[in-house]
Amino acid sequence: MELIFYIAGAVAVLSTVLMVTRLHAVHALLYLIVSLLSVAIEFFVLGAPFAAALEAIVYAGAIIVLFLFVVMMLNLGRHTVETEKQWLTPGIWTGPAILAGILIVEIVYLVRGASATVAGASVGPKEVGIALFGPYMMGVELASMLLLAGLVGAYHLGYRKVTQPQTQPDARTGQERVDAARDLVLASSEKGSHVP
Amino acid sequence: MTQIPMRDGLILAGILFSLGLIGLLVRRNLIFILMSLEVMLNSAGLAFIVAGSRWRQADGQVMFLFILAIAAAEVAVGLALTLRIYLRFRSLDVDTLSGMRG
Repeated sequence: MELIFYIAGAVAVLSTVLMVTRLHAVHALLYLIVSLLSVAIEFFVLGAPFAAALEAIVYAGAIIVLFLFVVMMLNLGRHTVETEKQWLTPGIWTGPAILAGILIVEIVYLVRGASATVAGASVGPKEVGIALFGPYMMGVELASMLLLAGLVGAYHLGYRKVTQPQTQPDARTGQERVDAARDLVLASSEKGSHVP
Repeated sequence: MTQIPMRDGLILAGILFSLGLIGLLVRRNLIFILMSLEVMLNSAGLAFIVAGSRWRQADGQVMFLFILAIAAAEVAVGLALTLRIYLRFRSLDVDTLSGMRG
């Protein structure tokens, strides 16, 4: 069982390194999905199956898919590889790598005494549900308010008032038909409109 | 059952957090910066799960659930802002965006 934890940990670290260094946005997102799924395996080994399921379903299955939607809408795949290649020179990694390396050394030094082992049996969804309905009820209400704020904010930011309806002839009848969803698709797909 | 020392789980969370931090500092594309932020949030959630599993309580998973809700709301608003930025400035390069006047 411990071996699974270390193997999944190695996969998580390796896929995160690969994700950070990719030039193609979709490749980076796929490596991010691998990293999240390996962390879900680690949750399962640590005796948290509910968190493992949530990680796979919500994080890898909804949030990263949202990223993919935006990447596809903005055509960030092939067109931006050249610009990323120009930006990511080999010397650019040294500064942040040194600083992050110092932080890792500090963390390893701070937790070196925490030899307490992760206890045996798993904490199932029932106990998590009891905790959520009991002591953490206020947290649940606050999280729901936060999600409502995120929903309203995303809707308001995404709303584009079409002042003059874009019309195009209907294929079958030849009459003019309002096509309001075209502008965003056109904006992303016209020549030279990829991200500079 | 499993005898994984808490130290290893916390070190793994620290390594993932540092990798996300490197990605945040190095990349110039806004989408990659948001992706690195997700990695950092996920590593914080891993640290909470390790702690909750060590004491065999549900509190770690509850905190992970809240972190998940925070990440979801942040990603929704962040990506909506990214779309607006792209439609307005035709660029997702944060270095040039920081000098633009909206």
